Amino acid sequence: MKNKFIILISSLVFALFSSTSAKSESITLGWAAWDPANALVELSKGFTAETGIDVNFEFVPWPNFADRMLNELNNQGKTFDLLIGDSQWIGGGAVYGHYVKLNDFFDQEGISMDDFSDATVYAYSTWPKGTPNYYALPAMGDALAWAYRKDWFDRPELQSEFQAKHGYDLGVPKSWDELYDMCTFFQGREIDGQVRYGAAINTERGSEGITMGVTAAMYAWGMQYENPDKPYEMEGYFNAPHVVEAVEFYKKMYEDCTPPGHSDAYMGANLDAYKSETVAFQMNWYAFWPGVSKEDADGRVTGFFANPCQETCAATLGGQGLSVVSYSDKKDLALEYMKWFAKPDVQAKWWSLGGYSCHKDVLGASDFVDSAVYAQGFLDSMGIVKDFWQEPTFVELMLPMQEHIHDYVVNGKGTAKAALDNIIEEWVEVFEADGKL
Amino acid sequence: MSKKLINKARGLSDKAIAWIFITPTVLLLLAINIYPLFYAISMSFTNFYANKIGKEIKWVGLKNYIKVLGKESVWERMQITANFMFWTLLIQALIGLGLALLLNKKFKGNELLTTLIVLPMMLSPAVVGTFWTYLYNPQVGVFSYIMNFFYNFGPIDMIGSSVLAPWSIVIVDTWMWTPFTMLICLAGLRSIPDYLYEAAEVDRASRWQQFIYITLPSVLPFLLLALLFRGIENFKMFDMVVELTSGGPGSATELASIQLKREAFEKWKTGYSSAYAVILFVTIFGFGNVYVKVMNKIKDR
Amino acid sequence: MLDSARSPAESSGFSRKIAATIIIVYTVVTLIPITWIILTGFKSVDGAITYPPEVFFKPSLEGYVNLFTTRSRQSQEYLDSLPPPDTWYEELVRSREMVIAGPSKFFGRYTNSLIIGFGATFLSVFLGALAAYAFSRFKIPLKDDLMFFILSTRMFPPIAVAVPIFIMYRKIGLGDTHLGMIILYTVVNLSLAVWLLKGFMDEIPREYEEAAMIDGYTRMGAFFKIVLPQATTGIAATAIFCMIFAWNEYAFAVLLTQFNAQTAPPFIPTILGEGGIDWPAIAAGTTLFLIPVMIFTVVLRKHLLRGITFGAVRK
Repeated sequence: MKNKFIILISSLVFALFSSTSAKSESITLGWAAWDPANALVELSKGFTAETGIDVNFEFVPWPNFADRMLNELNNQGKTFDLLIGDSQWIGGGAVYGHYVKLNDFFDQEGISMDDFSDATVYAYSTWPKGTPNYYALPAMGDALAWAYRKDWFDRPELQSEFQAKHGYDLGVPKSWDELYDMCTFFQGREIDGQVRYGAAINTERGSEGITMGVTAAMYAWGMQYENPDKPYEMEGYFNAPHVVEAVEFYKKMYEDCTPPGHSDAYMGANLDAYKSETVAFQMNWYAFWPGVSKEDADGRVTGFFANPCQETCAATLGGQGLSVVSYSDKKDLALEYMKWFAKPDVQAKWWSLGGYSCHKDVLGASDFVDSAVYAQGFLDSMGIVKDFWQEPTFVELMLPMQEHIHDYVVNGKGTAKAALDNIIEEWVEVFEADGKL
Repeated sequence: MSKKLINKARGLSDKAIAWIFITPTVLLLLAINIYPLFYAISMSFTNFYANKIGKEIKWVGLKNYIKVLGKESVWERMQITANFMFWTLLIQALIGLGLALLLNKKFKGNELLTTLIVLPMMLSPAVVGTFWTYLYNPQVGVFSYIMNFFYNFGPIDMIGSSVLAPWSIVIVDTWMWTPFTMLICLAGLRSIPDYLYEAAEVDRASRWQQFIYITLPSVLPFLLLALLFRGIENFKMFDMVVELTSGGPGSATELASIQLKREAFEKWKTGYSSAYAVILFVTIFGFGNVYVKVMNKIKDR
Repeated sequence: MLDSARSPAESSGFSRKIAATIIIVYTVVTLIPITWIILTGFKSVDGAITYPPEVFFKPSLEGYVNLFTTRSRQSQEYLDSLPPPDTWYEELVRSREMVIAGPSKFFGRYTNSLIIGFGATFLSVFLGALAAYAFSRFKIPLKDDLMFFILSTRMFPPIAVAVPIFIMYRKIGLGDTHLGMIILYTVVNLSLAVWLLKGFMDEIPREYEEAAMIDGYTRMGAFFKIVLPQATTGIAATAIFCMIFAWNEYAFAVLLTQFNAQTAPPFIPTILGEGGIDWPAIAAGTTLFLIPVMIFTVVLRKHLLRGITFGAVRK
């Protein structure tokens, strides 16, 4: 009896051990739920095939993405091993210890940051900005750009009317003034029996929409957040006269060029407006262009261009980097994934599936520009990108900007200068509380 | 063995039964609510930021409370919330009670109609908010389309207008929750015993008198109960409005809960937002207390 | 049974007709948005955003397919290289130049909602009925204060409670579990359950139980056999409301659950589809999600509209 018992127990124990070792390993990667995420799932099948490690994905829709992920990180959660976090989280990730510092890993595996586009390394990987301290691998390059109805632009009657009215040709606008002319040209115009409007621009109140949109104008007017020689001195820089002009211009765009009801629009709403053929222009992230241009196989309908210049040329930065969560129990497996992701052939496949690789081999390839209609624009944009604050306190900086800009542009409260002044006032409070001022 | 238990249960005194019936509820509520309450109150006296791990947590006394009460924007949001609550409660009380009275009459199909009317209440508030952005769209939305049948308003921008946006949330909330008030009032109306009316008939009371002296007083406690709960919910209202307007345009529809969420979950100012939450709690606690006392007085009459 | 409407001083046929008309108009108007949602579930993604909005359209199951699958866009060459689609939904997806990457999490989330929703409803109605009876019938020390305490548990803004509950649950291992969410929703619903049910039980005259107890029933027996059946209206209403809350709750679900116990509400409103908001999928999800609650209500409606019959006892 006793012998049988021992045999039973030992066989159970044996079964237990062998089953745990036979179970395949897996890691969990978190990102936002959008088109490129689906492409990543497809891409990662290659990783599983190569290493046998399963990759589980948890995609959170953009509106909840930051809440979920940041809450998880703040509570040192172990749910995620890898995270493709927004570029603005880098500061917090580094300072609060959420992300694993990757320098040693890169040196060990021979991954060089020189292989990745400089702008993306600066924006997605380094903290403090520009220093060789890396907390992420540039995973998804992105910037805010424009799409337009090339087929409407190609109509001779519209071309001649525009030429007569404004004295130059209808085409890709070379400045925001030209963009405004073209938008108002289409505003309220009846084409093919339906009323059309000028542009679908960012006006979203909830997360970051209107800030991303208005900064596209502000950067083009040469806005600087702070004195380059004296960090966190914003007075006179963020609310300088040319910046005020840019914000007033954006309000003009909202009032004169957008379809009715476009007061809380961001990625999805802009896409909807463009797809329903309501507008001639849309402002959106490169991430969506593969989806937009697929509707248009011969490239006749939609054209793309980078953010127009005004006093200078600049584009609003988007994009994310791939980081390893420092609370994970499977950091070594996560790093293996990162090593695989960094390979040039994987990066090339990433681009082909719809992800925006940041690898120089891919971006510099001779056939890159021809591989997609928006490829040239992407290269151009990435060379002129500027990002919002990436401080650990970036949300406290984003929220007042969202509120006051939306209040001015959409709600019509006060003046542009007053809005900027209010924003600076709240930013000073934040920096003081953070010990930066 | 179970038979013994049943017999024992049958023979329990009233006092014992009272304790058995109440204790699970009270214990469960205490267990889940005590820690969060303590957490919030203790946090409110600190300068804790949930995302700044490793930063020293300092005791700051009442500083957070003073900051919250001193901020003009906080009072603005409270006013927006009060405005929202007032209109939604008023309109839902009138329509809800009216519908209940009508539905209480015997007519064919009132059962089917009752089941249909409560449909809006069954949707998730977040989904309702999202969908109504679609319905409110001046271009492709049904709301503007239908309103224009009555009068040529042109495309109506409910959400982008600082004047109309607060009404847009009142309309959606009323659409969604009037059935709640209606249902409670209806259940209350159905509970009015026949003999009351029969006795009144015997006393030759008119139908109107019966309404004023029997129906209304009997349904009033239920109506007040419904409004109490709707009031508490609307004070905390969050997901529907966030999906519909994000608190915009600007801050025209930013209810107190939305501002609280932004402080707590986006800025991670745990200390400050805990004080804010405690203040909100005390406010509704106070109002609730008064309301319940009034309600009980009316009931006892 | 149905026609237990009160007011025996009966409403004339005319006033009944007026009542019916008003109700019908209200019902139609209030249902327009819902009908629109259901219809949108059957539109194609492009068709959902046409201007002017299409009332008559060619139906498509694209929304439903999108709801249940995850897809990835592929290049034309890759699509051509694949074997021809063997199911109707794969064919539909291919026509959009995508392939099905796998099932979406909707089904799992839906099941979670069913478990958590019904679990919490049952528990809150059961405990609530017990407590309500006790408060209604017995002399409880500090009764008003206890009742108010129960009510006050509903007053705390969920946002503020979310983080400490998150921490607490993680510590005791209830994080992201069905049981944890059931307990949480029960706790929130208890205040409504107790107050509503007490309100209804107060209306049931004590004479009934007292008569029964004189006849030999125990208090317990009187409760289960006499009072509860009389309170079916209140119980049905309470059950429906508790169900609706637990079913549709969003804020806690987003923060406290990820893989195992996440319900459908956080999933549905934010289906950002390929190149735009996937309105048909959102509509499809909403429609499907509406069905269990509807069924629950329909099943309970007889009890809801029954009311109490008072033949026997005269005051």
